Order: sequence, then structure tokens, then C-alpha cells
Amino acid sequence: MEAHTLTFEPDDRYNAFLTTCTKAPHGEGPLCGVTVAVKDNISTQGIETTCASKILKGYIPPYNAHVVWLLRQSGAAIVGKTNMDEFGMGTTTENSAFGPTLNPRDTGRVPGGSSGGSAAAIAGGMVRMALGTDTGGSIRCPAAFCGIVGMKPTYGRVSRYGLIAYANSLEQIGPMAQNVSDVSTLMGVIAGYDRRDSTLQDRPYTHTPSADIKGLRIGIPKEYFGAGVDPAVAGAVTKAIGRLEELGATTLPCSIPSMEYALAAYYVTCTCEASSNLARFDGVRYGPAADTKKSWHDAFREVRRAGFGTEVRRRIMLGTFALSSGYYGKYYAKAQIARENVKKDFARIFSDVDVLAGPTMPTIAFKLGEKSDPLAMYLTDILTVPVNLAGIPAISVPCGKVEGMPVGLQIMGRPWEDERVIDVAYAYEQAVS
Amino acid sequence: MDGQVIVGLEVHCQLDTKSKLFCGCSTDYRSDGPNTHVCPVCLGLPGSMPVLNRRSIEYAMRVAKALNCSVLEESEFSRKNYFYPDLDKAYQITQYDKPLAEGGYLEIEGDEGGEKRIRITRIHVEEDPGRLVHMGTAERGRYSLVDYNRAGIPLIEIVSEPDMRSPKEARKFLNKLRATLEYLSVFDSEKEGSLRVDANISIRGSERVEVKNITSYKGVEKALTFEVTRQKNLLRRGQKVERETRHFLEARGITQSSRSKEQEHDYRYFPEPDLRPLHVHSWLQDIELPELPDARRERFITQYGCSLNHARTLTGDLRLANFYETVVSPDPVTLATLADTWISDTLIGELNYRNMNIDAVDPAAFTGLLGLLRMGVITDKSGTEVLRVMLDQHKNHQPCEKPAVIVERLNLRKVSATNIGDTAADISAKSGVEPDLSIQSNPIVTAITEVLTEHPGAVDDFMKGKKGAFNFLVGQVMKKTRGCADPGEVNRLLAEELNKEGA
Repeated sequence: MEAHTLTFEPDDRYNAFLTTCTKAPHGEGPLCGVTVAVKDNISTQGIETTCASKILKGYIPPYNAHVVWLLRQSGAAIVGKTNMDEFGMGTTTENSAFGPTLNPRDTGRVPGGSSGGSAAAIAGGMVRMALGTDTGGSIRCPAAFCGIVGMKPTYGRVSRYGLIAYANSLEQIGPMAQNVSDVSTLMGVIAGYDRRDSTLQDRPYTHTPSADIKGLRIGIPKEYFGAGVDPAVAGAVTKAIGRLEELGATTLPCSIPSMEYALAAYYVTCTCEASSNLARFDGVRYGPAADTKKSWHDAFREVRRAGFGTEVRRRIMLGTFALSSGYYGKYYAKAQIARENVKKDFARIFSDVDVLAGPTMPTIAFKLGEKSDPLAMYLTDILTVPVNLAGIPAISVPCGKVEGMPVGLQIMGRPWEDERVIDVAYAYEQAVS
Repeated sequence: MDGQVIVGLEVHCQLDTKSKLFCGCSTDYRSDGPNTHVCPVCLGLPGSMPVLNRRSIEYAMRVAKALNCSVLEESEFSRKNYFYPDLDKAYQITQYDKPLAEGGYLEIEGDEGGEKRIRITRIHVEEDPGRLVHMGTAERGRYSLVDYNRAGIPLIEIVSEPDMRSPKEARKFLNKLRATLEYLSVFDSEKEGSLRVDANISIRGSERVEVKNITSYKGVEKALTFEVTRQKNLLRRGQKVERETRHFLEARGITQSSRSKEQEHDYRYFPEPDLRPLHVHSWLQDIELPELPDARRERFITQYGCSLNHARTLTGDLRLANFYETVVSPDPVTLATLADTWISDTLIGELNYRNMNIDAVDPAAFTGLLGLLRMGVITDKSGTEVLRVMLDQHKNHQPCEKPAVIVERLNLRKVSATNIGDTAADISAKSGVEPDLSIQSNPIVTAITEVLTEHPGAVDDFMKGKKGAFNFLVGQVMKKTRGCADPGEVNRLLAEELNKEGA
């Protein structure tokens, strides 16, 4: 089936790749010969898959993630596995066990995360498309910081089978590329039915982007322009929304009061799920082996202490604590209520407007090492996590620059209206290019 | 009522589906090598996701319906988190606060006679972990291997209320439950490790003890009997029963306290995010239950005239009940009663003695044996002997002879005063000479004559009025005729002979 071979020898000065396939096989199809990079938390048969963690060093999956199988079916050349925050836990790609990825727009800055390697591979011109994963903004944030396009599809639209889980109920695999058309094309390839993901709905994506947004009602949530958002970034985004109005859209101010608890709900949910998901890494079946001379629990403890990075250990501890007997009701159960409230807020707003628009990130890309306080880092996710809590689609499209660094315009849509979100981004992109 | 024994059970049974609970791997792993029935899902490889096997839920719903439970409108799978090498994901997908079904009952024969209802608290579905195989000795080279063939096998957990009042009732509950599950075709009790039981037992007024690791039907009664004695002894000595978890050591028949550390589990349950909540209540109406043990028992009584006890025994095991019906099917009217006693009393005893199960017996051969008995060709005692030969041949993997062949080979034909055997009759028929049916040539009479000569003391005793002597003499005659004589006839003839002597 894969009759062709593509030679791939990039000058990876940004540390975007963890693994490169110098002789990348590919077949015929709609993506014939297109270079596609895959985030390293997506299982690729025969290609090392580490989640940028030492604990999975040397793990070569015996099976393909569903999206990888779809990519291969489409003729794409999978040219490598991209760097990321370990297990997706981070906003900068600095939490990789194999060194940070640099932002191709300014190598003194982070590319965003956790899909920073995928974003940098595109922004650095090494590949045309890439797959990222978005648990709380991990596609949109690096897209915004690197000045590319990245989309988080509706939860349940793209199979997660083979995606090494960090927070199952929040994350989706999504397309990243230089432009909206390519994002749309890649979305068409990966949004296929797969019975192995029980949370998937059979909603294929066959859309061709349209720039016609006349009569579109855009909601402008005030929380996206409030405290903590860099005024310069807010300004660039406001200007971009002005362009959308010029194209025939109308805007409507609105509010998402539940956002007050969104970040807390997000971090409780994702750490709880992570603490359970990551418990399986024990050195028995894959990854660096446990010392069999030691007792089971000692060996296990040692493997995990040596294998996981600081941020991963922190989140495992947080999640373990939050799920513990006596705390479940206080944390996990409450987080689910907050999550329902976020969903309800979006549902209410979406009865009046077609999409929401705002900045993707409250600031431009941070300098390397700038965000050393975990809590300060968590706070920067405030504009992206509501989308994951609600399971709705959202895209980040570049909209100008601040201090020479790209700013991302975030468009959020109703569940299953990934097409509309793409159209709005496409309309803006066409208008400014 | 202080001092009363209170027992509740948690029973785990493997559902007999073709594939595992969350993947397509085959469940038929017992004759294959380790880790041969595995895939990314049941190995818990990173990125794999569970897909619920619809059939296993259907099986569990059958059980729920048969146990009169109500199926919840919405049930949910949860993760039970704990570290153990046999648990590949480090969590077990199970059901926690939203089980499949709740609130049913199962009727057993209570200790006080009559039917007794044991309430069922809940039924839920979960996956079996893998299996550890411990190698080497405790002292040297001790290590463990993991086999994930069992990982992901669907289990059903049935939790009872503490309604049983003795170890015997617990055993009866378990037997009835097994029968019910087998009648429903969802469980195969013959498969090794297909059943595991945890029991809660207390003496009213004292703390409750959980006994884990019971893996057999007999084990339940044994473990609980041990606990009753242990707990009562403690109380008698004025000590307290501590609330704890104990492990049953089947080989030694005792329970042993688990280290307290093991009890401090915090499983950190939360809903499994990779599976949707279950809405299967509506399936219930489409589930048609087969004839269950109670109904079949009543039918055996009315249709075959079985006694209540025999009907209970026969229908208490699906294979046995099927065996009975196959055996009598050629001629139910004449075979029903004979088969009833021979299966319930003789056959089960002989099977248990050999640790064999009913599958070892060919129903047609057994029907043949009953035919020989009914026609009076062999005595009951010879019948038992033929049966033993049949079972031993099967057990020793020898060619299985037909009952009639065994009778001829061992010369077990009934010897009697009026019928000296077909062989003689055959000869006489061929030769055209009337067989000599005189008393003198009868082997029973010959044996009686010999016995009376050999045991003059016993004869004397009898004459003096000791009834026991008569039984002794009958026994001696039976011995001489190798059990081939009809006991009734021996009695009659012996009495005649003794009368002559006494006269």
C-alpha cells in the first residue's frame, strides 16, 4: 500500500521532533506525499512513542492510533513524532524530558504547549501539517504562540483510540497547519468513525471552507477581555473581530459567569483522570524495566520517581488527593457541577449567537523559563479550558502581532459545528491575506 | 437474638461469553499458553480504549431478571484504582455507585425447612484482572510471572444481604445461585477459577469479619464453619471479635488474618471516562428466561414422581437434570422412579467418591444399566458394581464397555432359585432338555447349605431367638454368591432351611 518513500531530513534547530523518519513511507490518496508530523502521545506502530517522558523511553507501540491509520490510508507521509510537555501537562513544551522546543518566531520564547513540537514543526517550515492534542488548549495555545492555525474538534468527533490518555473526558486530537484550508483538509482525514472509541459519534467531516459569513452572529464574552488579558493582545483581537463585522457578521456582548470556576474545575478533572491514567506506567510491560530484584512496591516506586518529571508528579499527586476518600465530593464531584454550569452557559449563549470570539491566549508567547510558578502557568489556560469542559469545537487563527509575536484569534462554536468554526477562521484568514 | 450466626456473600462469577468484556479477545484461554489471548486493550497498553461487550451486559441482565432484581435506568462503569502487577491498567473497570441492578432475591431451602428468601443487594459487572504465577520457593529464587489471558474476562458480582444464618445456608445459597446461572446459560461452573466468593460473617452482637479468597462451593461452608467456631470460642473466652479481613487457606481449611495494611485501601473510584453510561433497562422486556431450577424441580415431582429431596438434588445441577431427563427419555413411565433413586443416591455418591462429574457418564449406557436392573437380570448390588466398572474405565481412559458386556464378563447375572440364569436356560433350550430346576441344583440353596454347616454357632444363636444371627447368615450367603443372589430370595430360602433344621 505504501509504495513511495519520502526523504525527510529537516534542520530541526527548534527541537520540534523527538523522532524523525528519514525515510517516510507513504501511499496514494488525498494527502499523497504530504508531510505530516504526529504528536508523540499518539501511538504509531513501529515508531517510538514516549509522550516526551522518560518512563516511556524505548516504547514502540505494536499498534497504530486510529488517526494514524487514517493518515496512512490517505497517503500522508508521517515524518516524525513531535515534542510536547510530558504527557501533555504544560503550556510551554518546557516540561519535556527531552528538552524544550523553541518558538521559531523567536527562539528565546516558548512555542506554547503542550503540542509545541507540532506547532514549531509547521511554523519552522519543516512539515505542512501536524496532529496535536488539546486537553485544555494544547493545540490552540501553541498555534497562537507560533502564528499558525490549530483546531480542537468537538469532543467525540475524532477517535482517541491510540492517544495515550492524559484526561480522557477533555481531550481531542486535532489538526494543525499553516492555513485554514490545510486544517480543514486534515480534519476531513481524521474525523472518521471508529468503533473502538465509545465516546465517538459517527460525524464525518466532508466540508470545504467557505468565506461567506454574512449574517453570522458573533458573541463577545466579556471574560475574554477582562482582567489578566494583555490589553495589546485584546486590542489585536478586537481589531480582528472588526474585520469579521466588515465581512457581514454582527457582534453581541455576552458573559460566561461560570468561567469563574472553569479553571479550578478543569485542573481538578484533568489531574484526577491523569492520576488514574498514569498509574499503569510501572516498568512491568513497557518502558524502562523495574528492578526485579526489588520488592514489587519498591521497584514500582523507583521506576515512577525516576521516570516522571516534576509537573507530572505534581498532577498525579493532586489528582490522587482529589479522588481520595472523603475528598471526592469536595473536589471531583464539585468540578463536575462546575463543568455542567460551563456547558449550560455555552448552551444559553449559543441560542443567541452562532459563534464566540476572543483571544486564544491572554498574552503572547512567554520567554523561556519565564513562567516558573506552576499556578501562574495554570492561570494562562483560562481562555482555552472552557472549550474543553464544554466539549465544543474551537480554532485559533493568527490575527496580527504584538511585540513582533503572533496573536491568536479564537473562534468557538456549537457542538458538532466544527464546519462553522472553520468557515469563520477561513473568512478572516482570506480577508487579511 | 445474641449469638446468632449472620452471613452475607459477595459472589464473583465469570460470565461465559465468547469474547472479553472490553475487547474482542477470546475467553477460551485455559488450554493455551500464557499471554496468548491478549491485545492492546486487555493488556492495558497506553492509548487503548475499552469497548463494552453487549453480550456480557445481556448475560448480566438475564441474571438480574432471574434473581428478581430491578435494573437501573442508568448505570455506570467506574474505575477502581489500585496497584497490583496482575492489574495492567492499575485500575479495574467495575461498577460502583450505579450498578446494573439492585434489590432482588433468591429462594433456598432454609435450615428450618421450607423455602427461605435471601435478598440480593446488587448485581454489577466488572473485568477480571490477570493472574500471577508464583515461581520458586519462599526461601530461594522467588519471583512471579504475570499472565494476562484472564485480564478482561467479564465477571458478575452478586452481593447478598446478610440473610443466611449458618454456613450450610451459605452453601445452599451458592449452590442455588450456581444452578440458576447455569440454567441461564451464562456461567460454566466447571471452568477452573470461574467462581470466587467473599463472605461476611458475624455472631449477632459482635463485629463482622470478611473472609476472602474462597474459590470453591465446599470451601464456603468450610471457611464459614471455621469462622463460627473461631468467633464463638473468642466470645466464650470473653474476648472480642475484631473487625478485619481474613484469608481462607483452602488446603488447611482455616482462615488467617490479613495484614492490616492491606485493608487500608482507598480505591479512589470515579466514573470511567472512556465509556458512556448504560441505559439498558428497556432490554429487560425482551429477555425470556428459561425454565429455572425451582420450576424444573416442581415439574420433576409432578411429571416423574420424584420425591422432593431427589427432585431438589437432580434439578440443583443443570447437567444432572439434563442427564436425568436424557436417561429416562426412552421410556419415562418405567424408568423415572428407578432413575430417580439410582442417580440421586448411587450415581452421585460414586461420582463424588471419584471426584468425577456427570459428564463422565454416557446417558445411553446408564439407561442400559437401568434396563438390566429393571428386567431383573442383575441385582442392585451388581448394578453398583457395573456402575463402578463403568466409571473406573472412564476415569482410567480405558475403552468403555456396555453394561451388558460388563455383566457377562464378570459373570454378574442374578442367581436365583427360579431362574438359574440365562446361560443355563440357553443351553437347555438348545439341547431341548428341560433345565433342572430342582432346589438341590440351585446355587443359593447350595450356598445356604454350606453356610449352615460352616456356622453352626450362628444357627444355634438363631434357634435361641437371636434375630441378629439371621442377618449374619444372610450376609454369608450373599458373600458366597458374590452378591449375585436376590436378597429377598436368600431371605426366603434361608428361613425355609432354618425352619427345616428347627423342625
